[in-house]
This record gives sequence, structure tokens and C-alpha cells, in this order.
Amino acid sequence: MTSPSRSCCPSCPETVQPASGPVQEIRTTDSRITLADRLDHFLARFGVNRMGHRVEPGLYRLGNPTEDSPVFVSANYTLSFDALRSALSGRDGYILVLDTLGINVWCAAGKGTFGTDEIVRRIALTGLESVVRHRTLIVPQLGAPGVSAHEVLRRSRFEVEYGPVRASDLPEYLALGRATPDMRRVRFPAVDRLVLAPMELVHAALPTVAGAIVLYLLAGLPAALGAVAAVLAGTVLFPALLPFIPTRDFSTKGLILGGIVALPFSAAFFVETAASGWAGVLAAFAPLLLMPPVTAYLALNFTGSTPFTSRTGVKREIFRYVPFMAGMAVLGAALAAVLGTAHLLGAV
Amino acid sequence: MFDSYRENTLRYNPERCFGCLRCTEVCPHGVFAEGNRRVEVVRPEECMECGACARNCPVQAIAVQSGVGCAWAMIGAALRGKDMDSGTCGCGGDEGSCCGGDR
Repeated sequence: MTSPSRSCCPSCPETVQPASGPVQEIRTTDSRITLADRLDHFLARFGVNRMGHRVEPGLYRLGNPTEDSPVFVSANYTLSFDALRSALSGRDGYILVLDTLGINVWCAAGKGTFGTDEIVRRIALTGLESVVRHRTLIVPQLGAPGVSAHEVLRRSRFEVEYGPVRASDLPEYLALGRATPDMRRVRFPAVDRLVLAPMELVHAALPTVAGAIVLYLLAGLPAALGAVAAVLAGTVLFPALLPFIPTRDFSTKGLILGGIVALPFSAAFFVETAASGWAGVLAAFAPLLLMPPVTAYLALNFTGSTPFTSRTGVKREIFRYVPFMAGMAVLGAALAAVLGTAHLLGAV
Repeated sequence: MFDSYRENTLRYNPERCFGCLRCTEVCPHGVFAEGNRRVEVVRPEECMECGACARNCPVQAIAVQSGVGCAWAMIGAALRGKDMDSGTCGCGGDEGSCCGGDR
């Protein structure tokens, strides 16, 4: 077994000579989350420089590990890496960071970049065999869709031990030497749902502002506010209320939520145009036809951010509800156009 | 009517299972449970087709058509004339991302 060579100064990376292959460096990290890290997390949550929140792939030393210290595997996305190292505060170990192109463990595993090939490759590149005496890797459980434990063992002689879903459970996991059933279950609590809202909002912001301006010019402030409300309902209210809205399908949940949000606008339009008789009733229908499909479409898109929607189910939702949403939106737009024209002609 | 997730592509062949329990470890929704010498599928409707069970089953007792359950990616693929089942998601590369999270 080759011992790691000492570095010349604290800031220089230490190097090891693997059993074969090129010299690899071991970087050093710690468990402190600095202000700069928090700023990075904030920007990542808002989708600023979305693909730029990366750490260098490779092997990291945490604390003062020995050749018997555990090896944890992570993605090279700062949020994933920082969640792991902060959960290991006060402990010694190694972190093997895979090159997942700056994507979190769960998404990268689904895409295959957090996977068997990359683990085997990274073990060889870092010379891990010569750094630790044991042959065990602790891989986050949500990396399992991309990792074949028996293939990793066959190809690298390292055994994959799946850790808990949440990095915060690692101390208990290490103390127990195993994961409890609760640690193995994925949850999606309010805080996890709400941290995703900024990204959803950023995605929808530009078209929403453009649409609101057009609606303001064509139909006035209430119409513009209606557009903003429908988008906020789909991007912020929906994640917040997800488990409390009836039905399992995201589309129908979104239609229900959008319908509720549209009710005050419907009432306002009715009151505003009630004197016009039939036009007041039709005006009340316009928000009910236009706002729910907007909210429902955004709600449907939230499937990609959740840890429990299957591809089969999402596909079924798309074919079932998107045509219905489109029909509602077209009907609502046609109704609004008729009312607008009648208004311009002085008929209402 | 309002549950598009009732059915999925998960298939289990108990004849092949020798009870290593790897699937019970990796499934984040408790779809599998330890049975009498073999694993049992106890919550099939909870499967999200992530594919972790099939990928980690050493005897191919489990099969599932895994993929990205992301409407944005699937609709985007369809609009670009690509196969909706191709698994082409915006997560990764230079195309931006459809998902956040720190897992």
C-alpha cells in the first residue's frame, strides 16, 4: 500500500501515487458553510448561472482522515457537495466527487452521469485503492438509479453501501451502521417544495411580464393582475399546497387551484360589467376559462421537480389534460376577444 | 379518473429473486419488502420508475422502463420532434435544467 505523500504547504494539494496510472491530487475541504457558499446556494436556487455551481471532481480530504476512514460519494453540484460536507461536521473522511456536469445526485443518477461508469472511472483516476485500506463506498441512496452496486464491485473491487436519502441523516446512519426504513424513504416536505419555487418563478417570469403588459394595454389592470395571479398560483402556491389539493394528478390539482384563484377575478369582472346583462355573465366566465389552464400547465411542469412522478404517469397526464387545457385557453381567449371588441364598439 | 399514476411499467419475477434485499434498500418509496425468502412487491402503485431496483438487482428479477418524469422535458422533446420517451431532459449539459434540489 502506498502512503500519501505530504504536501509542501497547507494550501498545496497533497498527492498520492496510485498503484497504476497518473499522479492524482487530493483536495482539502471542511464542513463550514461560508457566506460565499450561501450566496452560491441562493443564486443556484434562482437559476442564476444554472450550470455553473460546480466543485472540481476528484477526491477530497475532510478533517484528518486515515486509511480506514469512510469514503463518501457525491456529485459536483455545490448544493449536493455542501449538504454532504456540512452533515459530516466534526468527522474525518474522504469525499469522492463525481463529474455530474454540475447536476445534483438525483437528477444526475436519472441521466446516468452519476453512475457506475463514472464511479469506476473516478476510483481509478484518484488512485483511491492506494489511499484507503478498506473497499467500501458510501453512496447516497438517491444515486441508486444510476449506480449498479454489483457492477461497481465487479469492475473496481469497491463495495457500494447505500447511505440514507438525506445527508442530514448521515451522523445517525454512521452511528447505527445502517439506515433505518425511515432514512430510506424519500419525503417532500414543505421546505423542500418551497425552495424550488424561485426556480419555477424565474422560468415563468419573462413570459408572465410580457403577457401582463399586453393584457394591461388590451383589457386593463384586472386582466394583467389575473395573469400574474395565475402564474403565482402555479409556481408558488402549487408547491406550497401540493399535498393538500385533492386528486393525485398534477393537472387536475392545478385546474382546481387555478379555478379557486380565478373566482375573485370572475366576481370582479361580473360586478364591473353587470349592467350590461349577458356581457357581465360572459365576462365572469373569461377568467374561469383562462386562468386554470395556465396554473394547471405550470403545475404539470412541476412533476420534474418532485421525487414521486413516474414517466408513464406524466405521459398519461400530458395526453389526458393538455388538450383540455388548450381548449379551455382558446375558448377563454375567444370569449375575451369578443367582449373586448364589443367594449370597443360600445355594445357593453 | 384523476390518477394517472395508478399503473406503471414495474415488473417483478419472484422466481429469480434470491432475497439479497438490495431493492428494498434502494427503493425510496418502500415498494418492496422482505418476504419469506423472497422479496415481495407491497406498494406497486408507489413506483416512480426511477429504475434503482432493476439496476441493482444482480439477477434481473426486476424490470422497469425507467425515465424522467418531467412534463417540461417530455413536452419539449415532443415539440422538437423527438421521442417523448427518449429521456432527454434539460438536466445537464448546456441546455439548462428542469429540476432543482440538493439531493
